[in-house]
Amino acid sequence: MKDNLSVAELKNKCVDLKKNVIDMIYKAQSGHPGGSLSVADFVTACYWHAMDVDPKNPRWEDRDRFVLSKGHTCPAQYAALAMKGYFDMSVLNTLRKEGSPLQGHPSMNKCPGIDISTGSLGQGLACAAGMALAAKLDGKDYNVFCALGDGETNEGEIWEACGTAHKYKLENLIVFVDWNNLQLDGTCDEIMPLIDIGKKFEAFGFETFEINGNCMEQVVDALDQAMASKNGLPKCIIGKTVKGNGVSFMENQVGWHGVAPNEEQYHQAMDELDRQYVNTVEG
Amino acid sequence: MKYEKMIATRDGFGDEIVEMGKENSNILVVDADIGKSCKTGAFRKELPAQYLNVGIAEQNCAGVAAGLATCGKIPFVVTYAAFGSMRMCEMIRQEAAYPNLNVKLACSHGGVTPANDGASHQAIEDMGIYRSIPNMTVIMPADYYAARKLVRAAADWDGPVYLRFTRDKVPVLYDENTEFEIGKGKLLRRGNDVAIIANGDTVRLAVEAAEVLSAEGIEARVVDMHTIKPLDTACVAACVNEIGKIITVEDHNIMNGLGSAVCEVAAELGKGKVKRIGIQDQFGQSAPYERLLAINGVTVENIVAQAKALIG
Repeated sequence: MKDNLSVAELKNKCVDLKKNVIDMIYKAQSGHPGGSLSVADFVTACYWHAMDVDPKNPRWEDRDRFVLSKGHTCPAQYAALAMKGYFDMSVLNTLRKEGSPLQGHPSMNKCPGIDISTGSLGQGLACAAGMALAAKLDGKDYNVFCALGDGETNEGEIWEACGTAHKYKLENLIVFVDWNNLQLDGTCDEIMPLIDIGKKFEAFGFETFEINGNCMEQVVDALDQAMASKNGLPKCIIGKTVKGNGVSFMENQVGWHGVAPNEEQYHQAMDELDRQYVNTVEG
Repeated sequence: MKYEKMIATRDGFGDEIVEMGKENSNILVVDADIGKSCKTGAFRKELPAQYLNVGIAEQNCAGVAAGLATCGKIPFVVTYAAFGSMRMCEMIRQEAAYPNLNVKLACSHGGVTPANDGASHQAIEDMGIYRSIPNMTVIMPADYYAARKLVRAAADWDGPVYLRFTRDKVPVLYDENTEFEIGKGKLLRRGNDVAIIANGDTVRLAVEAAEVLSAEGIEARVVDMHTIKPLDTACVAACVNEIGKIITVEDHNIMNGLGSAVCEVAAELGKGKVKRIGIQDQFGQSAPYERLLAINGVTVENIVAQAKALIG
């Protein structure tokens, strides 16, 4: 049950998703807009292009899996899940509120469509590797998509998990590094230089793809290549992105890591996003 | 005291996991490069398709197991108790306990049993750590047969389980037909003068102490409290209500383990006296196992002395 949207349609879906991100964080007055926007193209391309899932049967055992290791950017995934029909759109208004399925960081037993609880950085990739390994053990052909933050690769467990992915030839594991170059306390270069993140994954045995992670054409192309490549190597798409992508005053601003917009900023952000829809009629 | 048979409880795990793996292909072993010490050698040899080894990478080991568990597998994460509880702690909390997944930790070298390895390898905090994490079940079997039965029960249990085994040989106290239930204390001896509640490798000390006391006309009730969470509160409450004088014995820090769990029940009932025997909130050293227990007062003689002091 894969969707087959054109790139233009995916771009518009991504604008919808970003508007939902801004809207839910504004209503919650809490959340992480910067990284939710930088990863939005990847999330969109996964849910409406790459992944075979069934919103009416979230735990379908042959589904593709999505692990948001950078769990704080869950508004992007929650928006995708609501838009896909895993739950009603109105649930987005409950983000971070008491009793909500939409916890501040994803909880698999509260929110349909979340394949593993995340939130403590550095842990998602090992879980994703475990899922990919289960597919191999069971002779199933599902893929596991895992979104990492760039700052998150400071964590040693990421590199431990790479060892497992390589050893067990997890070619069905497709990692995306959201390389927006900003972490919580400052730029990656200031806090902990990434050196050459692509070469690092390559050295750990991954097939890598370096792209503009906010260019839908490139994201789709990289995903297609990664899924088609059956060479026994786990895949890593290094996506150069812009934190706060699509909202001018949030772009490349470290201060927009974990802050909600006020009313004026909210309207400006929504207006800017509204102007980003593209014409989907060919010719 | 001379026992007929002495077997380390890690061997009980190693033998049972092979049987279980043959019966159910979803049972997996996830090793972290100390499988030989943790007795997964037979499983590795006989069930290679169900055997994984992720190297000296415990944090990742926990995460991989969680990922496997979301796909219907029942992974047994195998390492030493010190690393399974402390190096992996947050990964188990976040990725196994919080989502309540079927990840089973099978940890050898519990307590001071890795004696000559020194303090780095002696796990005196582990059961307490996992006791304080929601959804966790925490077990230490007393002998080889208890280990086999409780490993099997853990696989059938819905949710994450921490199992702790001994490196050292301990006496065989049960036979292969003895049944065990997670969360139900095992009554080993009837008596109403004092209650001795022990688990793991100290159960034999409790049994021996009860025999010494009996020779002096003091009848001790002895309970093997193999599961400290969920605790058999009815069993503890019966000891409090019917006897009121309780000694706990454990190869674990006296803080936060079996002794603390029993004290919590007594305190909430508002009656009874509890004396905790265990590791005296101090790090160990390289020394013989029995010496390390003796340094901390975990001896038959001390149990007897404390029982007499309680009875007065």
